[in-house]
Amino acid sequence: MATSPQYALDFERPLLELERKIDELKALAASGSLDVAADIAKLEKKARKLQQEIFSDLSRWQVTQLSRHMARPYFLDYVGFLFTDFFELCGDRSFGEDPSIVGGFARFDGQPVLVMGHQKGRNTKENMLRNFGMPRPEGYRKARRLMEMAEHFGRPILTFVDTPGAYPGIGAEERGQAEAIAVNLEVMSRLRVPIISTVVGEGGSGGALAIGVGNRVLMMENSIYSVISPEGCASILYRDASKAGRAADALKLTARDLLEMKIVDDIVQEPSGGAHRDPPRAAESLGRALRKHLAELQTLSGDELVADRYDRFRALGVFTEA
Amino acid sequence: MAWFSKKPRIATKETAPEAGEVSSRMKGLWAKCEECDEIIYRQDLERNLNVCTVCGHHMAWPARARLAALLDEGTFEEHDLGLEPQDPLGFVDSKKYKDRLRSTRKALGEADAFLSCTGRIEGRPVSVGSFIFEFMGGSMGSVVGEKVTRVFERAYERQCAAIIFSASGGARMQEGIFSLMQMAKTSAAIARYREVRKPYISVMLHPTTGGVAASFSWLGDVIIAEPKALIGFAGPRVIEQTIRQKLPEGFQRSEFLLEHGMIDAIVHRKDLRAKLAQLLGLLG
Ligand SMILES: [Zn+2]
Repeated sequence: MATSPQYALDFERPLLELERKIDELKALAASGSLDVAADIAKLEKKARKLQQEIFSDLSRWQVTQLSRHMARPYFLDYVGFLFTDFFELCGDRSFGEDPSIVGGFARFDGQPVLVMGHQKGRNTKENMLRNFGMPRPEGYRKARRLMEMAEHFGRPILTFVDTPGAYPGIGAEERGQAEAIAVNLEVMSRLRVPIISTVVGEGGSGGALAIGVGNRVLMMENSIYSVISPEGCASILYRDASKAGRAADALKLTARDLLEMKIVDDIVQEPSGGAHRDPPRAAESLGRALRKHLAELQTLSGDELVADRYDRFRALGVFTEA
Repeated sequence: MAWFSKKPRIATKETAPEAGEVSSRMKGLWAKCEECDEIIYRQDLERNLNVCTVCGHHMAWPARARLAALLDEGTFEEHDLGLEPQDPLGFVDSKKYKDRLRSTRKALGEADAFLSCTGRIEGRPVSVGSFIFEFMGGSMGSVVGEKVTRVFERAYERQCAAIIFSASGGARMQEGIFSLMQMAKTSAAIARYREVRKPYISVMLHPTTGGVAASFSWLGDVIIAEPKALIGFAGPRVIEQTIRQKLPEGFQRSEFLLEHGMIDAIVHRKDLRAKLAQLLGLLG
């Protein structure tokens, strides 16, 4: 349950400290040298209260930090929790394989579906492989290939969004990063199978949206979704990336903000303290949401699904018309 | 530039003052080319479609002047004139977004960074949209996204060709997530428009980057760029900061994109109308 201290965020530390103390007391009790049951109970109560205090009123910047938490469940963790029979499919068939997006067919409650998501790493080696979850064009083109295959075989598509953004590099530009994203937006809008996209961590701009055009768009409680990172916004607007907290407030990028603005359809509750404090329960919660929305979408025909998705995004925008 | 050498020079050193001599009174009459530093008589520049008469550099060409030159005379009909931006996030940077919108509107006489219209090119009906780059760097918020979408919906209804002239730094940060969602909305409108089997010609001007490049701009059946336009997903500064090295000369310019197979053609401004008409004839 307790987060490994190497990943801990500043505002989590008091809680982790307390939990460490509880663990020590428990070890002492187990050795039978002292009767500390009452002390343990007291501290556990205190820990619950502290957790409540810290997490009941998080700032947008704190949510941003949680959304990027190194111990947070990533796409492949959810695959392990929620799906069986996963068969990963690789490559864009024209340039290469991009492991920052992972996709394949699997079973959800026994039903074959396409599952696909951005994949981050937890250490240097993993992050080298996954490029910190920042896809290159071949990643998006693989995603497109798999989504078109899912449509061909009549399989629903479940995507999991978790990226700082599309990778800004020389090769990525040479091979058409913008084109690859644009094509996905168009292709996703006309697929005749149900699509549910869930932002599980960071929804970083166009690089997130490129696998995010769903009939339903869900967000995990402590995920973010934004047109630009708070740091990027701060360095442009305030010429100071350290004012990211202020930018996060200006951008209104939390699940609660986006539900209010009707950009997303549902918030998936996380265990108290965040998904990383109890990944199996976070996955269970996500599973319930996916099950519910998928059941609703599966009553629609292919034409209806396309129309439903079109209408959903067509309505997004705020302006007046005289 | 080869095309230019066939023409007589209109502005010469003898007639134009040196850079330092241009007084504020004179500034209205003369313009300086940002590429070759030549001072050019503004009337000559305008007659030359804002292409430098000396080096052929394509300077910014305001949307309304461009459309007036490209569409058949008297066919321009503007639409969606009543659309006005809002401030859904209550966004404040160095200025309130609301105030920024108001002052920009006052300075330019435009409500937002896009204009949508219908017209004809050599008799063929077209549904057209163009960015107004001077308006907050052509950034895309809800009004821009809505107008782009309507360009395709109008082309769908009228079963005619669509043309978009893009010049944009990308998303409008001040409209946050609404700005991002315009990428999906406009791209979906194009998916639907494909059903009528009429051409969508995307013309990329300097610069076309970010969320505009990564949505409708790169979805043209045919993609044309003006010479030396900066076109790409990430801005050069962001890339340099990420990879910690200088970018090669010409990176992300039209010529670079043509070489990498990412666009169909580079068309000089003086040929644009004829080339558009030719494509409309072949595909429309
Ligand atoms: Zn020049």
